[in-house]
Amino acid sequence: MTDMDAHKPAHTPAPPAPCAATPGAGAESAAMMDVLCPMHAVLDATGHVVHAGPTLFKIFATRPLIGVRFAELFEIKRPRGDGSMRALVDSAGQKMHLRIRGGARTDLKGVLVPLPPGSGPEGGAMVNLSFGISVVAAVRDFGLTGSDFAATDLAVEMLYLVEAKNAAMEASRTLNLRLQGAMVAAEEQAYTDTLTGLRNRRALDCMLERLTELEQDFALIHIDLDYFKAVNDTGGHPAGDHILCEVARIMVEETRSDDTVARIGGDEFVLALKRLSDPARVHDIAARVIERLQEPISHAGQTYRISASAGSVLSCHYDRPNVALMMKQADAALYEAKHRGRGRHIAFVSDMDDL
Amino acid sequence: MHGLINRAIERFVRDTYGRGAWGAVMRGAGLDMTEFEPMLSYEGDVTLRVLNALAGHLDRPLSDILEDLGTYLVSHPKLEPVRRLLRFGGPTFTEFLHSLDDLPARAQLAVSDLHLPELELREYGQGLYAIDCQSGAPGFGHVIVGLLRALADDYGALVMLEHKGLRGGSEIIEVRLLSSEHASGRSFDLGARTA
Repeated sequence: MTDMDAHKPAHTPAPPAPCAATPGAGAESAAMMDVLCPMHAVLDATGHVVHAGPTLFKIFATRPLIGVRFAELFEIKRPRGDGSMRALVDSAGQKMHLRIRGGARTDLKGVLVPLPPGSGPEGGAMVNLSFGISVVAAVRDFGLTGSDFAATDLAVEMLYLVEAKNAAMEASRTLNLRLQGAMVAAEEQAYTDTLTGLRNRRALDCMLERLTELEQDFALIHIDLDYFKAVNDTGGHPAGDHILCEVARIMVEETRSDDTVARIGGDEFVLALKRLSDPARVHDIAARVIERLQEPISHAGQTYRISASAGSVLSCHYDRPNVALMMKQADAALYEAKHRGRGRHIAFVSDMDDL
Repeated sequence: MHGLINRAIERFVRDTYGRGAWGAVMRGAGLDMTEFEPMLSYEGDVTLRVLNALAGHLDRPLSDILEDLGTYLVSHPKLEPVRRLLRFGGPTFTEFLHSLDDLPARAQLAVSDLHLPELELREYGQGLYAIDCQSGAPGFGHVIVGLLRALADDYGALVMLEHKGLRGGSEIIEVRLLSSEHASGRSFDLGARTA
């Protein structure tokens, strides 16, 4: 508090001085009130401040307080009135909402009581003020310390609570962020085929639902490996797993980064290719994938040869693309490709429908 | 035990002895995690296992380590919010001592499921005080000793502190206040924004 006093301009009276300004018997009670209510003010019959508690002096450190009309210092927001002493006295005992005029727009709560005869200026009143919820900003704006509040005031406890709440909220926020990170990782895992790192069936279904909802064109190529069973039979599961990973790598290489490559069964794959509506391009992509899958793959000193069959559909061939129907028809085209001798791609046409 | 307490131990070890030490302590405690979440609760014996592993790893008496932990809580820049919350106890070290009785209630205002040990201050006059620390977790008194030592420094007060051991189930800390304004302490501004 002492350091604040040092900053106080010379023209502002030091807190104890105005006590003497209250005449007669009022002086002692004013000194008492300075301790009990450091933010009180005594008004005379015309509504001018004749005495103020030490904290009020601190708030008005840079401008005059004594001798100024109360309604010029504070905007009385409620109860509404003309700011006259008569209006103020009419609202005696009611909770007042005030705002300090000029400077920081600090809101205050207050209550006014008329002074009984002989206890201060004739026809005067006493107002006690408090910061209420604006205490956090006020403490900063006016450089207040614990001793600027009445010993019974809960202001310091409230400041403590605000800081404690912020610290606890910060800890909770950090926890939430970490949990969210863990959730994203878990979701990622739930959508991934662990062997190949490709998307799984669930991820593919979600993606296709989204594409149809957005009415985006796309192509579906359903691919089934040929002669894969022979790999497992001769090289065992390690060889089979190796081949599947190589297949996945080739499919990813042959598609764009925003296409989806999913493994939906043991040796069954689906490519979902965005923004495609040209059957020739779909055929090129499918044919290239098959061609690359036919290249020999080595594992543990052994060379394996597989191939693949593919069936495709285009969403633009449907009035209202339906994922289940598209998958079924891509499967029908794939069946046709197998039927015609494997190692080839067949696009779906309507007469395959009732296979 | 509340995660905040386990987390405090973790931060203390990480900031004082480094990440490697913390990993070794957690392995020594037989725990297969490396991080405590401050806002979750853990089994009571987890804290004890960590502390015993820590004493083993550092090859120092646990009481010394706990005292360092108390000092760390007040003086490490990363824990400035803790120092500030403690400084709300009063404008002088003497008033802070008088606010110790409220410490568990204050902590619960912030985090409702955080239970700190009951502290009771007894005043013998001429700057002599004793603090009864009743906790289900013996050793907490040593944390309080370290915390008070750092806070006295923070207030600029000169004190002598001594852990007098267990008496009737509570730890007794003797506080001898030699000068309440020995040196200028660190400033405490009620309205400061914390980072």
